[in-house]
Formats: sequence, structure tokens, C-alpha cells
Amino acid sequence: MLAFIIQRLFQSVLVMLTVALIAFALFNYVGDPINNMVGQDTTQADRERLRQDLGLNAPFVVQFARFVGHAVQGNFGLSYQQARPVGQIILEKMPATLELSFMAAFLALLLGVPMGIYTGLHRSSWGSQALLAISLVGVSLPTFLIGILLILIFAVLLGWLPSFGRGAVVHIGWWTTGFLTAEGWRAIILPAITLALFQMTLIMRLVRAEMIEVLRTDYIKFARARGLSNRAVNFGHALKNTLVPVITITGLQLGSIIAFAVITETVFQWPGMGLMFIQAVSFADIPVMAAYLVLVGFFFVIINLVVDLLYYAVDPRLRVEREIAAGG
Amino acid sequence: MNKRLRWGCKWALSAMIVLTAFAATVEAKTFRWANDGDPTTMDPHARGDAFVSSFDFNMYEGLVRRDRDLKLEAALATEWANVNPTTWRFKLRHGVTFHDGSPLTVEDVLFSFQRAIAPGSDLAAQMSAVKEVKKIDDDTVDFITDGPAPILPNYLANVAIMSKAWCEAHNTQRAATLKDEESYATRNANGTGPFMLKDRQPMVRTVLVKNPNWWHLKDQPIDIDEVVFSRVENPATRVAALLSGDLDMIYNVPPQDIEHVEKNPAVKVWQIPELRTMFLGMDQSRDELLESNVKGKNPFKDKRVRRAFYQAIDEDAIVSKVMRGFAHKTALMVGPGVNGYDATLEKRFPYDPATAKKLLAEAGYPDGFEVGFDCPNDRYVNDEAICQAVVAMLAKIGVKANLLAQTKAKYFTKINAPGYQTSFYMLGWTPTPLDALHMLSNLTQTRSADFRVGPWNEGGYSNPDLDELIGKIAVELDSEKRNELISQALTIVRDDFAYVPLHQQIVVWATRANVELAPLGTNDFQLRYVKLK
Repeated sequence: MLAFIIQRLFQSVLVMLTVALIAFALFNYVGDPINNMVGQDTTQADRERLRQDLGLNAPFVVQFARFVGHAVQGNFGLSYQQARPVGQIILEKMPATLELSFMAAFLALLLGVPMGIYTGLHRSSWGSQALLAISLVGVSLPTFLIGILLILIFAVLLGWLPSFGRGAVVHIGWWTTGFLTAEGWRAIILPAITLALFQMTLIMRLVRAEMIEVLRTDYIKFARARGLSNRAVNFGHALKNTLVPVITITGLQLGSIIAFAVITETVFQWPGMGLMFIQAVSFADIPVMAAYLVLVGFFFVIINLVVDLLYYAVDPRLRVEREIAAGG
Repeated sequence: MNKRLRWGCKWALSAMIVLTAFAATVEAKTFRWANDGDPTTMDPHARGDAFVSSFDFNMYEGLVRRDRDLKLEAALATEWANVNPTTWRFKLRHGVTFHDGSPLTVEDVLFSFQRAIAPGSDLAAQMSAVKEVKKIDDDTVDFITDGPAPILPNYLANVAIMSKAWCEAHNTQRAATLKDEESYATRNANGTGPFMLKDRQPMVRTVLVKNPNWWHLKDQPIDIDEVVFSRVENPATRVAALLSGDLDMIYNVPPQDIEHVEKNPAVKVWQIPELRTMFLGMDQSRDELLESNVKGKNPFKDKRVRRAFYQAIDEDAIVSKVMRGFAHKTALMVGPGVNGYDATLEKRFPYDPATAKKLLAEAGYPDGFEVGFDCPNDRYVNDEAICQAVVAMLAKIGVKANLLAQTKAKYFTKINAPGYQTSFYMLGWTPTPLDALHMLSNLTQTRSADFRVGPWNEGGYSNPDLDELIGKIAVELDSEKRNELISQALTIVRDDFAYVPLHQQIVVWATRANVELAPLGTNDFQLRYVKLK
């Protein structure tokens, strides 16, 4: 078990190094940040000095080695745009993204699972057909369009919800939360729905498929033969067995929710890490971009690790096989 | 009875509290606005960026400032004059206090000037003419320059006066250089201006409140008590937030949304002719173009070719089709509002592809030629679309322009000093001191090897007569004579086809219907002019 975790952690370091390397290779294409940092009257000599000071003239390998060397010590450098340590900026932005992502994941589960059960049990009913049609929209419409549509309906036409931002936040240590103010709750609704929609349809279709699959199995037939009520069969036997894959998929999707929050955050001007990344790209703020990409890589690695460990815990067969393999 | 009375009193009392609270919120006028950029620093010396300084100058002030018509007017100085050709003397205003309550003194002016030219400040280049700043007495200060400096006050309008004591107390005697960590002044402010900084969340929200002790409050009352600035980058979200009433004003309405925003009765659209001039430039210095199929010579050295390019461009079509009417075509490299602009010279050579083709043939290119064309795609309004239109128009006279439209960070690296790796490009220019000299010396004067003269003359245009004229303009103190010289210079630039001027763009702002403000051609947004009805 311990060996397994160590092996996984070692792999994750490799993954993150690769992400950083690819990221750095891409930064050659975002251009020179100097022009964004100075005004038109700054002399050529001053521009050149600044370029030298920031180490932008150094060869690619040197810049990369410098970045990794500092990153290992937890130092991601200073943002070109804000002149503040990147680590500090990320810590400041992380609560917004995590609150939005968890809210979206929660919404997706809360709505997706019952909808999946319903469409699984009543496959040809009118309601199921409608839900499936709607879910098709959720899968096929791009996130930014859904976001803009929601803003148009609920902010512009109805005037119920704010069109952008996170509302008032409360500081708890370094964490900021919007969950303690009414304004904060109002602000999270639209972005959370936007971000959740795709995941919700995914979960719904997954649950539906699994339900249909499980309902065909022999033990369900036996359960019915035993004269158990529909309720007990559907929820006690069938649903329980569908939930294992749902949990794994949801866990894995959490990583992509965090990563894909970029678009939702841009549409709603949600002050999280995704928006920070977009702002960094348009400014050619290399330290921020590099740190963000490495961090997202890290999230994916960690979530994958946790899911693997969960498998381990949930499925006894895995453990046995591994012990045999280890023994043999 | 007693119980009921007490209950009644309680009820009345709480109703009163609620009502007063309500009245208080009605009284405090909050103005909420958004832009796609963020004022990245509150330090008025740190960055020469136009939006940042426009924002910071709501809190800080210079010795002089611009009024609604962009004329210089007294701010922290009450009067100024040349006591001799190389000395500008400024009289300091009495009774001005900083936001922290300390009084403004000559020492603060001397200190601020030193801070503005020290490493970390982006204003040093603008102050390069100044040799020394001297205190004469407690309310007089002299700026001594290398030679006569007629537009020094224009530049001084950009130098904010900071409190010496405050900067020393917070260890920010110098603005943080761009490679160092921020200083105290990056997220705090202590100016003399009409608004005070209340809350600053970088990249998200900045809150200002009215300065109740502003020196000019009596003559120029400020209508709003609080200003909430949010950064909203997505143009569609910005427009939606304005329409929904979440914002009172947005700065830069995306061109495609103007029409439908205008139709909404709750919203008002403001059109502001900007001072920036858009133009095309050509490499006229290399013996062979970097990106062309013409080998062994440079077609742009021939004035007829430059003229052919000029007359091949249908600027009316660009204004009406690409800019949807939100631009003024121009024949000059400076627009109305810039000192030296001369309306009598505003004569564009007509759009005439037949003549253009003939000129090309005379120059030895009857079938045209091929040339690279550099263009930004995220810098100016519709920049890439304008360039695409230019490509199509040049194709009609046989010129194949190979467009490379890219992000400004890449584009400027390519075309700017030291490489000037371009053959043909589009650029925009706003003269920082709002004087034509700035355009002439940056864009048309012969480039010097150390990039100090003509640094933005990407095409390497050079004309000794013009250079001499610019030298005279730089030191002429008589404004009438000086403007006469500028007109001569602008005529040379125009008739030499040094550039192909296109247009001045009209910037569009939008507000709720109850907002009054003063839009400026510099794109400066001064909150002291905002009124909420």
C-alpha cells in the first residue's frame, strides 16, 4: 500500500515537471510582456534593462531551470502585472474557484442522480424524453453561451440575480467565503448552474445507463421474486450498485470542473484562479501562467490518486489481486 | 393598554430606524462602473499606462491639470510662466491638504519630482528636459531645463504630487521597480485629489470615496459620494451588467453592441472622438525590404509607391463598413484636440485606384509586388478588420500584402526597436503631452542610433528639412510662431507620404440614462465630473 502511494507520488512529480516544461515551451508564443508593462515614452534603454532584470533574455533552458529551482522551494516568482508573489495571488483566488467548483459538483449530483434514476426507471415516459432532450442541450451548448443566456434571462430581463462578480465576501483567516452573505449566495447561483450543467447531464446519463443495466441483472429479478416492494428494489438494490461508478466519475470530474471553471469565471467575472489565468495570458504574465498550469496538473494528480485509493478501499478484489501479485 | 402602548412605541421606533437607514442609503450616491482593464497600481509614478494614470489621477493631482476641453488649467499650482527661456516658475496653491490631513508644501513638490525620475518610475523619459528643480521660497518652485522647453507644463500634468512624509513613513520613497515586489504605495494612496482610496482588491474591485476636504470643492462640487470600480473583461457581460442596472457606466462598448445598446431607453451612449490617430507605415530605410518579392531595392523609397498605397486606400469605406461610422477620416498625423492641429491642412488625397496603379507602373511595378504586413489584433478598435480591408484594397492595384495579425505582445516585439523587423505595418499614436511635437519627434524625426530620437519611427523615414524644423519647434517659446512651424512640418509629412493616415477612432462609452459625465478625447475618465440625477 505504502509502496503504491510512493510510486504514485513519484509519477505525479514527473507529470508536473512535464506540464511545466510544455507550459514553458508555449510561453515562447505569448510574446514579450515588456510592452504591456511600460508606457509609450519609456526609452529603449530602459526597456532593455527591464528585459535583462526579468531574465527574459536568458535561453529557454536557463529560464526553465530557474523556474523549477524556485518552484521546488515554493517560490513561483512575482507577477509581472501585479508585482506580488504569485503564491500569494493564487491563495487569494483559490477560495473563489473552490467554492464555485464544489457548489457546481454538488448541484450536478443533487439534480443529476434523481434525474438519472427517473429516466432509468421510466424509460419511455414523456418526462424522461423531455429530460433527455434537455440534457442534449446541456452537452452540446458551449459553456460561455449558456452563461450569457442565463445572464440575459435572470439578470437583464428578470433582474433577479447579479450579472457578474462574487458579491460581498467574508474573510476567515486567509480564506474568503461568499456563503455567509445573501449577496454572495445570489452571486454564486448563475455561475454554479453554468458550470454544473455539463456535469449534471453527464451524471444523469451515467446513472440512467447504469440503472438500466443493473435492473436487467438476475439478483434484481430474484429480489422482485421475493416480493420486495418496488421502492426497496429500485433504491435498496439497484441504486446502491449504480453509485460506485458514479462516485468515481464525479471525483474525476471534479478536476475538470476546476480546470474548466476558466470559461465560466471569464463570463461571470468570477474572481477565481481561472479568471486569473486568462488575465495573465492577455498580459503575457509568465510566472502566473506557469504556476497555474502546474497547480492544475497537481490537482489532477491528487484527485486521481485519491480515486485510485478509493477503488482500493471499495473493491476487495483489487486488494486480493495485488497481494497475490506481490506474494508471487 | 400599557403593554399595547409599549408595543406601539417599539414598532414606531424600529420603523423609524429602518426608515432612517433607508434615507441614508438613498442619500449616499454610489457610482458603479467597469472597464476591461484594471488600474494595476495606485502608485501614480509607477506605470506610464494611460488607463492606470487616468484612474490614479482621481486621487492624485499634478501642478497643472486638463479641463473638460483638454486645456491646461491650474491645479496644485496657481500660476506658471517662463522667467527666462530655460526656467519655468510655478506658484504653489495655499491651503491644500493631503488625504491624511497634512498640508502640501514645496518640499513635497521637490520630493515628488525626484521620485518621478528615480528608478521604478515610468515618467523619467517625459521629464528628460529638466536639469534641476529648485525651491525659491515656501510657495515658489523653479524647473530649470537644458534648453527652452515650451511643453514642459503639458508633461508636468502627468506628474502626481505625493506627500514626502507619507512616502518616508511607509518606506516608499521610490516607486517599486517592475522587477521588485510592490511597495506600500501600490495598494494605498494619499493624494490631494477629489477622491480617496477606501478599498483595493487588485484585479477585482476598487472603492473610492469623496474627499470632503478637497481644495476645489466650493467651485466644483462633487456629486457622488462613493465610486465602485469593477474589472469586467468579457464585453458581453459588461454590456449585460449595464443593461441590468448592476453598473452605471461601462467604458468601451464593443462596436457590435452599440446599435442595440442605443435602442434601450434606460441607457445612454456617449461618443468620444479619440485623439489617437491610426495610420499605415512603410519601411523606407532598408535597401531591400525584409518581406517582399522585390529584390535588390526598396520600393517604399520611391515617393510614387507610397502615394500609390495612400490613394489605393478607400478610407470612407473603412469608416463606414469596418468602423460602422465610429471614426473620423484624417489627412494629418494628429487629430483635433492636439496642440498644433491645423484644420486648413485637413485635405486627404482622394481614393483613386486608377491613379494608384499608374503611379506604381511609373515607379517600375506595373504588376504590383508582394509585401509583408504587420498588424495587432488586440490593441485598437477593429484593428485586424481594418488591416484585412487594407489587404483587399491593395489587391486591386496588384499589391499582395501578406497580413500577419497577432497579439500586441508579439506584434510590438516584432516592429519596435531595436529590430524594426517590419516592411509595412499599422499603428496608432496619441501624443502624451497633447502636442504635435511629440508625434513629430517620435514618428517622423530621423532615428538616432541610441533610439532616443525617433524611437517609434519604425519605417525609418528621414527628411533633413523636417528634422531642422522639428529642432526649431522643440525650443520655440512663442506659441503662435511655434504653431506656424508645426503646420509647416505637418505639411511636409503629409506631402511626402511619410505615412498613410487613416482615421481617429471614436470611442464609445455607455451609462445609465441618469448619469452625466465629461468624456475626454484622451480616454481619461475624471470622476469629479460625474453627476447622478
